[in-house]
Amino acid sequence: MSTFVEILKAIGLAVLIFTFLAVVGAMYGVYLERKISGWIQVRYGPMHVGRWGLLQTIADTIKLLQKEHITPRRADVMIFNTAPIIVAVAGLLDWVVIPFGTGFGRYLVVRDINIGVVYFAAMASLTVIGILTAGWASNNKYALLGGLRSASQMISYEIPLALGLLWAAMIAGTLSTVGIVEAQRGGWFLFKVPPLGFLAALLFLAAATAEVNRVPFDLPEAESELVAGYFAEYTGMRFALFQLGEYAEMYAMSAMAAILFLGGWLEPNMPQWVWALLGIGALAMAAFIRFSVLRQVMLVRPILALAVLGAVICGLMVLGIGLGRTPVLPSIVWFFIKLFALVFFLMWMRWTYPRLRLDQLLNLSWKVLLPVGLLNILLTGLLLTVAQ
Amino acid sequence: MGELAAFIVLSLVILIPAVIVVTSRNIVRSALSLVPTFLGVTGFYIMLQAEFVAGIQVLIYAGAITVLILFVIMLTEGGSGVDVRQMNEQVPLGATAALWLAFLILVVLFRTQWPAASGQPPAYNAATIGSAFLSSYVLIFEVTSLVLLLSLIGAIVIARREE
Repeated sequence: MSTFVEILKAIGLAVLIFTFLAVVGAMYGVYLERKISGWIQVRYGPMHVGRWGLLQTIADTIKLLQKEHITPRRADVMIFNTAPIIVAVAGLLDWVVIPFGTGFGRYLVVRDINIGVVYFAAMASLTVIGILTAGWASNNKYALLGGLRSASQMISYEIPLALGLLWAAMIAGTLSTVGIVEAQRGGWFLFKVPPLGFLAALLFLAAATAEVNRVPFDLPEAESELVAGYFAEYTGMRFALFQLGEYAEMYAMSAMAAILFLGGWLEPNMPQWVWALLGIGALAMAAFIRFSVLRQVMLVRPILALAVLGAVICGLMVLGIGLGRTPVLPSIVWFFIKLFALVFFLMWMRWTYPRLRLDQLLNLSWKVLLPVGLLNILLTGLLLTVAQ
Repeated sequence: MGELAAFIVLSLVILIPAVIVVTSRNIVRSALSLVPTFLGVTGFYIMLQAEFVAGIQVLIYAGAITVLILFVIMLTEGGSGVDVRQMNEQVPLGATAALWLAFLILVVLFRTQWPAASGQPPAYNAATIGSAFLSSYVLIFEVTSLVLLLSLIGAIVIARREE
């Protein structure tokens, strides 16, 4: 009987996470991406469906659902149909070990596994099978090239990614994601053993960007040379599944970076006057933009929005500390603030930097990130041993 | 009951793709069929409460080795690899050898006294494995890493010579 309940629970949680990823991750991820790209390229982005184009991706999804599934002639049909599912499921499985916060007297995580970090790396590495087979099964030269590029890229960048994960696990002394967050109660790992923590975070973020095939590491799907790379031949919902997998993976990587280096769901532990100072700074910036000619410039409008948002958070923190509440905001709110800050950072990078060449890409991984990561681990191990 | 059901399902997940690996004429499909086999073995590791090995199994075998095999096929076969003969004329000889091997294994299996000892299995987590590698098995560990490093350098040397 208990097995039956366990299975029901697993199905329920899978549906929950899939819905979260499909709606928040993929649909509003695409919306955010288009809005932020619009901002960086000084245009509006989607504006017509719903207020500020908020319903644009829902309309797009409905459109994609109605599209015909086209299978290219001489494609390997079975593999062609399986590949999008592999990518989507691998993106989904990452979320099993991501803790969202605490509540109802327990950790809000699907399963706190004692090998959480290894599990995360393993599931992230499964995506590449889907991408490679999608490229091969399409029977299209661009798709195949995209698949091959992605394989070499993802295999190379898995090592720096694992080194970044390993660093956090070393400092925390555990592989469990919940344990890693709990170990950061004294302070974020980003500032631990400076500058090694910062170095490890940088390493992880660079490798994570490459793992999810985003600019400046988007060679597998470089539009300008490969049409769309490995999913060039996919139509309708299958194409959407690739997008879903990609965004799920990107959100998972951002969440993991937040957990490893930014303290996950924990509230930043700063005195009241620091919050007040930050809030006044943000407010001053917002006021300066609002009451000068600058507000006519499209490029600064999102900065205005971000400054107001920052000022609101800082104001709430000052108020909360003044009233003597210890976690001022719910832990899940902090998790999402950090998650979206990192997602925003990744999108900002994507629309700002040009693409690397293949040799530059591989050189960066093997000649810079790998030695730096190994040295980082060595130094940290040495310091930890000395400190004991 | 649940354990037996899981064992049967996992065995099927391992064995059916394993048969496809050796019989398919499409070499890419063969390579891809390795993935469910590896994942099924991962399931066995989890049933044996060896979570760390299970995680590493997915990371290394399903995530890296399969991709490496696929990568090699796509680079060397001109991206096709369809319609490759997996058998030669020596099928009867091979079948005889396989039957004898199966017979031998069965004999050994049935003649062994399996000690069904009760009690807790030894502690089996990442920390224990790590300290075992760097204490009792340090020589094997270091030699293995040296062999891997040498093969890596050797591969690079061979690849560079063609330029």
